[in-house]
Amino acid sequence: MRIHQHPILDFGERKTIRFSYNGQTLEGLEGDTIASALHAHGVKKLSESIHLKRPRGFYCAIGNCASCNMVVNGEPNVRTCITPLEDGMDVRLQEGKGRIR
Amino acid sequence: MKHVEVLIIGAGPAGLSAADVLLEAGAEVALIDRSDRPGGQLTKQTHMFFGSQEHYASKRGIEILHVLYDKIKDHPRLHMFSETTVAGLYPDRVVACVSGQRYFTIQADIIIVATGASEKSLPFENNDLPGVYAAGAVQTLMNVYGVKPGDKVLMVGSGNIGLIVAYQLMQAGVKVPVLVEAAKTISGYHVHASKIRRLGVDIRMRTSIKRALGTDHVEGAQIWQLDARWQGIAGTEETIEVDTICLAVGLSPLTELLQQLGAEVIYINELGGHVPRLNEKFETTVEGVYACGDVAGIEEASSAMIAGKIAGLEAALKQGYALEDAQARQAALHTSLKTLRSGPHGEKIRKGHARLGART
Repeated sequence: MRIHQHPILDFGERKTIRFSYNGQTLEGLEGDTIASALHAHGVKKLSESIHLKRPRGFYCAIGNCASCNMVVNGEPNVRTCITPLEDGMDVRLQEGKGRIR
Repeated sequence: MKHVEVLIIGAGPAGLSAADVLLEAGAEVALIDRSDRPGGQLTKQTHMFFGSQEHYASKRGIEILHVLYDKIKDHPRLHMFSETTVAGLYPDRVVACVSGQRYFTIQADIIIVATGASEKSLPFENNDLPGVYAAGAVQTLMNVYGVKPGDKVLMVGSGNIGLIVAYQLMQAGVKVPVLVEAAKTISGYHVHASKIRRLGVDIRMRTSIKRALGTDHVEGAQIWQLDARWQGIAGTEETIEVDTICLAVGLSPLTELLQQLGAEVIYINELGGHVPRLNEKFETTVEGVYACGDVAGIEEASSAMIAGKIAGLEAALKQGYALEDAQARQAALHTSLKTLRSGPHGEKIRKGHARLGART
């Protein structure tokens, strides 16, 4: 789902970042947020709603709507649309409110 | 607790413009943004701006951002706090901040709230499915991170955001077979609508989305025609094969912090929702707290930059900085804002501000 050719933008060469999604190793690119890296791999479901367990995904991209909240390095409710991806991050689908350690 | 002279919340077009004026006046400025990069809506705007030279006409939003940010980024009196969310704003001008696992407070003499706006959603069946995204968010995904939202998109809404993002989706190699608009006329600029029509987008007026299809993510969309009372007409349903639904149905000002602070806000539909009551200096009902940009009423980035300059100048004066030609500069900025709001597309804004003024 990466854009390779664009009439205006040049995303240039970007360093690869390795991270883990639900235990599976994936690669993102430098400059990615967690949500953009996952979306590039076609991962659209990021969490499950609190009561009806409905799938939740990316929505606002400005850290406002909470739809993309995931468990990152054990910490729940991380707004993945505004959190930069880092090497070695452990990212997991969040169920409901998540559990605070 | 740290203390700064002026604290600006939001490093978008309004916040950056206010910071520039204040730094030039001699003030110490803290600029806070929850994103890891400054710019707000400018970070994703690859289209050229309209207007005159002073409004950065024919420059792209991303280029304007460079002009604005490069000018201030190395300033010794600027304290930039990125990836920092303001979690609390109190009447004694104490600002509670969260950055990662860190919590800290800053006290400021003056606060400028330039938090911008968030995109609205639309009620329809399955509107919470992954793949139903706000149009501006899709613009960010593509133009900032270089990621496509999907392969085929249904665009909902013919305002400038809907029209421009439809075009930018196609620039990124994504198909946009259909755009639906509930009203009977295009609400954005016709030049944008004509451009996407030429590229083959089927623009359907008096049509809206009935439901999103799919279980785990969007696998299609059902649209239907609307009657004169905006109700869907049974029997006109049509299924469109798409994997993404973009909602370009307007924005709401992010006034939560102002409300928490106790600043008076009023609901003005034409301005996008609850907006702060401001005096002619863009000061809220709480002394020393100013608001500018989309948080004070949804407009375009061009207006936000002017409003940011006005708030910045007023804040500098309030803080006691002697500014040369302050009055002339203020008058020129207000005239400039008025120019941007003139013409048929500024009608809604003018009406909104007239209603807000009538309530003052």
